[in-house]
Amino acid sequence: MEQNKRTCLYDRHVEAGALMSPFGGFDMPIQYSGITEEHQAVRTGCGVFDVSHMGEVNVSGPQAEAFVNHIFTNDVAGAPDGKIFYGMMLNESGGTVDDLLVYKRGENNFLLVINASNIGKDVAWIERHSAGYDVEVVNLSDELGELAVQGPRSEEVMRQVLGISSDDLTFYTFREEWLDGVHILVSRTGYTGEDGFEIYAPAGTIVKMWDALMESGLAVPCGLGCRDTLRFEVGLPLYGDELADDISPVEAGLSVFVKFDKPEFIGRDAVLRQKTEGVGRKLVGLELLDRAIARHGYEVLTPDGEVVGHVTTGYRGISVDKSLAMALVDARYAAKDTELMVQIRRKRFPARVTAKKFYKKSYKK
Amino acid sequence: MSKIYYSETHEYVSVDGNVGLVGISDYAQKALGNVVYVDMPEVGDDVEAGEDFGAVESVKAASDLIAPVSGAVVEINELLIDNPRLLNEDPMANWIIKVELSDLSELDTLMSAEAYAEFCAKA
Repeated sequence: MEQNKRTCLYDRHVEAGALMSPFGGFDMPIQYSGITEEHQAVRTGCGVFDVSHMGEVNVSGPQAEAFVNHIFTNDVAGAPDGKIFYGMMLNESGGTVDDLLVYKRGENNFLLVINASNIGKDVAWIERHSAGYDVEVVNLSDELGELAVQGPRSEEVMRQVLGISSDDLTFYTFREEWLDGVHILVSRTGYTGEDGFEIYAPAGTIVKMWDALMESGLAVPCGLGCRDTLRFEVGLPLYGDELADDISPVEAGLSVFVKFDKPEFIGRDAVLRQKTEGVGRKLVGLELLDRAIARHGYEVLTPDGEVVGHVTTGYRGISVDKSLAMALVDARYAAKDTELMVQIRRKRFPARVTAKKFYKKSYKK
Repeated sequence: MSKIYYSETHEYVSVDGNVGLVGISDYAQKALGNVVYVDMPEVGDDVEAGEDFGAVESVKAASDLIAPVSGAVVEINELLIDNPRLLNEDPMANWIIKVELSDLSELDTLMSAEAYAEFCAKA
């Protein structure tokens, strides 16, 4: 077994007694005080996450814009500096290599933020497809740490504790600045459905910021456990659950992030066909009519007992007091209010198809 | 007078005569975190020592319940249906199932409270 990697905050997590667990090749904190408490802190106040496991790849050079548009489903052409795009890299069959954020830093200069579990695969993919493009690809994943400061009070905490103002930042924009002689990047982004910020900086700065936040008592330290319950409630996908090499963004209901009017990008033919001809399976929300919880991988069946899909993520909602799940099911059973069953251990429980957004997002537009 | 035995999978059985109350230990509830659902068998079901008879679900994951003893389920703790968090508040008072033991010699394979405390300290 290969040793899991550690983020620059690993010692802080262990000293604080956080429950540690492997995630995406890293030893990460799953919870500090408890998933429920941390979840509520982000919904009502301010929580801070170590997300230094995320990967960062810089793409620059004379053909950087054309290249990013070649490997990415969203359209970065002519975008203003400081704008962020969410989208996917697809394989030729329309499956998802990864979902990512693309930061437009300057003319022909982009930062790609990718999932920790996919860093090796993505970097190889990006390098392979850059052949023939005049671009420079630099993997910064080991150099950069990342903090996510999330929740309705995050703007105030950023200013008070870290001295970072965000008056000029609307949702999905960012700014680069020098703080005590160190270059940092601050974006108004997150993965919780709340207003929030993500800070990219070298390890030393990330540790200093974490310590300042802890000392202030104004930000609750949070683990990846509540990061998952938070993103789930607002219907955001997690790579490995709702997206994968064999799941397309059209199947996952994320077509809005695929710009079909772009003349070319890898996987375009496949997803365009899916979009026009329809897909065989779709990602849906499920509400169970019982307290039992549908977990990843459990079978979804018709009332007659025919298996028509599987659960991708399921929880007892925290902000919404219901047993909820997302599931990838046969498109014939994807209509709202369709009655289905979920096999949970030895029993089958009735469920009803719902929207995937179980809780309303509150972003600062 | 009842006597309490523990398994290596952190269930307990509190035995009085040939009737046992089966639940999870304090160590188990702490490790699980907030319990949000308890999947219990039905009255009349048979449970078998070493086999799962249900599950306890925390926010993050489902953990199987492993029967420490064999026998017939004569009662389930219905309070847990609507208040699964009782398992966090007092797991010893809030047993999960009541079993009529079919083989009292199975108790010899379990740990006493002292032995279990030592087992947890080493874990």
